Amino acid sequence: MEYLMGMRCNDFVMLACDTTAVQQIITIKHDEDKLIPIDSHKLMGVAGEPGDRVQFSEFILANIRLYAARNNRELSTSATAHFTRGELATALRKRPYMANLLIAGFDKAGGPSLYWMDYLATMHKMNIAGTGYGSYFVLSMFDKLWRKDLNESEALDLMLKGIDEVKKRLVVAPPSYVIKIIDANGTRTIKTVTDPAVA
Amino acid sequence: MARRYDSRTTIFSPEGRLYQVEYAMEAISNAGAAIGLRAVDGVVLAAEKKITSKLLDTNAVGVRREKMYKLDDHVACAVAGITADANILINTCRLAAQRYTLTYQEPIPVEQLVRALCDNKQGYTQYGGLRPFGVSLLYAGWDDDRQFQLYQSDPSGNYGGWKATAIGGNHAAAQNLLKQEYKDDITMTDAVKLIVKVLSKTMDSTTLTPDKVELSTIMRNEETGRVVYKVYDEADLKPLLDAVNEEKEKDKEKES
Repeated sequence: MEYLMGMRCNDFVMLACDTTAVQQIITIKHDEDKLIPIDSHKLMGVAGEPGDRVQFSEFILANIRLYAARNNRELSTSATAHFTRGELATALRKRPYMANLLIAGFDKAGGPSLYWMDYLATMHKMNIAGTGYGSYFVLSMFDKLWRKDLNESEALDLMLKGIDEVKKRLVVAPPSYVIKIIDANGTRTIKTVTDPAVA
Repeated sequence: MARRYDSRTTIFSPEGRLYQVEYAMEAISNAGAAIGLRAVDGVVLAAEKKITSKLLDTNAVGVRREKMYKLDDHVACAVAGITADANILINTCRLAAQRYTLTYQEPIPVEQLVRALCDNKQGYTQYGGLRPFGVSLLYAGWDDDRQFQLYQSDPSGNYGGWKATAIGGNHAAAQNLLKQEYKDDITMTDAVKLIVKVLSKTMDSTTLTPDKVELSTIMRNEETGRVVYKVYDEADLKPLLDAVNEEKEKDKEKES
């Protein structure tokens, strides 16, 4: 089942997600990127009903870009998260989107930050956060092993360890994942994990 | 035949002018002046209060403070023109500022607030049957992106950022004096003194009194990082005005 995980350290935020697209009992794709770039220094991880996921993330993306074009400045990660939460909350009483989100970004002024949000528009600013069944194992693991001063390779090791745990313990573990990082230089993919059976 | 072109705001005259907008600006030129000055560590606004009478209840709302309004925690403005029109615009401004805060949980950047209001003002120069607002505004504010800022807007919906500027009666004279005296590295202490001096040049009366002057500042508390809006009361104003009055006296003696 869909897996989203994020951690924030001193100089960066790291996000991981599974890359499977599922229809009923069939996995139809193994390279579906659920970490959507909002701008050069922001990512939005979306898990949930596939249609809602695309519809909502495109809507938010368009609005964030419109703001940047109109005002000649980019929204901070915090403002982006609050805006997104507002839209989700408004939609909740009309036509709700079934989507859980992680919003991560790096601001010049405020450094890295990570926001967790569920489809009921609950939002929290977190150091470690995740959604889906997989996160139940990994959150407790990160509780023990995460430190604020982890460097990039240590954090990547931890992220991979989490994915191993999901694969080992979760009945419905997805086979393929992607891990991305956001730091002062922007966003980039640092690792893709693919099961040889599906490669 | 002038009537053909100035009875509606939406119609250009054959010379390509919008008379109603120009009349609105004329209305402002008769109002008391408002002056703004941006210093290194803050922005100061000053205005002339025209309504002075012994019978006025100086503590009543709208008399005590006629032309200075706080728009949000980090933006304030001074107005020149029709006060009733200004009240509507200020309400619009405050609404826009709070809407932005509600959406983004961040204070609105000053320029965006100014632009939001100017878009509104521009609408009144284009849609039929409406009269433009007879108000010019000076906005003083602070935000993360551009630090201290001073903007001016007029009835046409034009706006611009300034280091120092003046609106209302005798604004040309004030602007000339500001041009001569403004320095890029001016501090708030000097800016407040300068602005009172410039304001006195726009006023008819020879001596400045606290009931004729309004003054406010936007500064930043260095420790907490919070923006502080301060309106000068009579006790704060008195020494400032006295100093300028004295200086004027001296100049007069020299001349004679």
